[in-house]
Amino acid sequence: MIVPLVETTWRRLSARMLVIHPVQEVVRAAPALLGLLVAGTSSGGKGHLWSLAGVGLMVVVGMLRWFTTTYRVTPEHVQVRRGLLTRKVVTVPRDRVRTVDVTSHVLHRVLGLARVEVGTGTSDRRLEGRLKLDALTAAEAARLRVELLHRSASAPSSPAAPDVASPVGGAPAAETELARMRPEWVRFGPFTMSGLVAVGVIAGFVSRLVSEGNVDIGSVGPVQDAWRWFRAMSLPLEIATVVLVLVVFVSIASTLGYVLAFGNFRLTRHAEGTLHVTRGLLTTRATTIEERRVRGVEVSEPLLLRAVRGARLAAVTTGLRAVQGAQRGGSMLLPPAPRAEVVSVARLVLPRVSHAAGVSPVTTDLTAHGPAALRRRFTRAYGVHALVLAALLALWAWAGLPSWAWLTVAALLPLTALLAADRYRSLGHALTSGHLVTRWGSLVRRRVALECDGVIGWNIERSFFQRRAGLVTLTATTAAGNQGYKVRDVPLAEALRLAAGSTPGLLDPFLVEAREPDSMSALSPNSM
Amino acid sequence: MDTPTLRPPRHRVSRTAIWYWAARAALGWLVVLAAQALWLVADRDGTALSVDAHVIGLVVTAVVAVAHVAIMPQWRYRVHRWEATSAAVFTQSGWFKQEWRIAPVSRIQTVDSERGPLERIFHLANVTVTTASAAGPIKVSGLDRDTARRLVAELTASAQATAGDAT
Repeated sequence: MIVPLVETTWRRLSARMLVIHPVQEVVRAAPALLGLLVAGTSSGGKGHLWSLAGVGLMVVVGMLRWFTTTYRVTPEHVQVRRGLLTRKVVTVPRDRVRTVDVTSHVLHRVLGLARVEVGTGTSDRRLEGRLKLDALTAAEAARLRVELLHRSASAPSSPAAPDVASPVGGAPAAETELARMRPEWVRFGPFTMSGLVAVGVIAGFVSRLVSEGNVDIGSVGPVQDAWRWFRAMSLPLEIATVVLVLVVFVSIASTLGYVLAFGNFRLTRHAEGTLHVTRGLLTTRATTIEERRVRGVEVSEPLLLRAVRGARLAAVTTGLRAVQGAQRGGSMLLPPAPRAEVVSVARLVLPRVSHAAGVSPVTTDLTAHGPAALRRRFTRAYGVHALVLAALLALWAWAGLPSWAWLTVAALLPLTALLAADRYRSLGHALTSGHLVTRWGSLVRRRVALECDGVIGWNIERSFFQRRAGLVTLTATTAAGNQGYKVRDVPLAEALRLAAGSTPGLLDPFLVEAREPDSMSALSPNSM
Repeated sequence: MDTPTLRPPRHRVSRTAIWYWAARAALGWLVVLAAQALWLVADRDGTALSVDAHVIGLVVTAVVAVAHVAIMPQWRYRVHRWEATSAAVFTQSGWFKQEWRIAPVSRIQTVDSERGPLERIFHLANVTVTTASAAGPIKVSGLDRDTARRLVAELTASAQATAGDAT
């Protein structure tokens, strides 16, 4: 039996949150508490007492939040009321709901809870349009998700209809699987570099343990032994050891992170017109995207991942901003996976591509940007390199910086050439089956296919140097994803051809035949 | 294949804008110069930098400032242009780095007009046209008040005439 969520009484979040808040705060304060245990009271400082008091205060604040937060779902709105001193009501019209994100951290899962985040396209930049419910019971969260998205798509304006048209609660019947995690994908784990974050977290934990917990790392036996053994080596060996240890550690941590974050990954399409991504072993995350809001896809290939023929796939959607990186943001469609898989999933997801033609915006050949763009890649790369080198040389000459610094940078010159060449090789654009395709970048190569209907306008930027090289940077502005996607350093005529082809008619009144290539230059007298 | 190019938008901004841009740049430079002068006074005995270095710094700033204030507004005036048809808004702006922006009227979400204190002195106004994309606001600055008012009225009218939620 489904209990309809359409009601007008204010409801509280799950009472189990009263357990979660204290535990969360204790975990966050773990280094200080651990230090307290290790060091005991011998150091005599009052710092521990203060941090204990802080923990207590945070617990109280967290519990107060539960008492002051209520929410309700009316036929037209989702509302959240919160705040102790300043009462605030956040109201989101139901037909503005674009995405629903359900996350359960480990602790949430143990207690059967889930955090619900509702995204509404427009004001996500200010974060005020986002509505967060932390946390509901898992069943209630699932029901809320189904109700909000599937009804807003089918019957946005009739308050009576939802109860009748309600799909089977929690598990809609018509569901097609587009992709699921395969065990062999784990091989991409070491190449994601997410382990670097783990190194940072551990370093942060240790440094807090030292500073807040007053633990003297140097006095621990094994650390001392390792340090002595390390100091006994020659310098090249030392460097090799550090690099080796780091590589091994980061690889293991990255693989572990990959498995934890993307284990059980599934991408499904529901008949009601939504895409549904679920993933995570410990922390589970479920994101639902309205399919009619998908304006395109982004394929990103970080250098390491590219080397092993892997790639990631994200959706370019109104309502989900890709700013934080597709990995962390909700727009992820595929974790690092084989390129072939990315291509086939992109084909399934891109809503309005004519598959009969056999041309996918994700695989189609791109038009290169020409010799001027190539020269610009090199001048820019070497310009930056020369500046760094000059700064280091100056520091070496006048501030006594050791000479190895500038020598190293000078030795990296060939690498800069490789980088510039690869950056040029990545540059490309195309206009195919109703999609504008642009690709750029070397360390992270990205290819974005943006539906032409999603293009709102054009910015054509020309710096002084670009004008001299006859190049422009064309930006297609859109309400989705990054809000604007650039085609970098493309010849002016080609940029205009691309823009005119993507938005037929828009540019026509402003186009003229060029008599001399440089008649547009603002410095030329004819602009007076 | 023929080589198409964009013609400049039809209308120039107000000539007064040259003075407005010059005044705005001059004010900015005055702040920098004042800060440098204050530092010189505070550091009279030359502990941090010698007095000579201070004076050289001041002179360099002054030269750059004069060049900027003299060249930038003229250059900008030659570049800045705008045009609004019943179908699209088209602007050309910048000076050292230049930009064309084009947005269809059907995608316009808001039309704002604003007059800052400095703009009021010169009887100028600017008009900002926003779309659903955060990357695409079109700003026409340095319009005289009447033109700005007319532009806002015109754009508002034609934006209302088109349907859709403009995303």
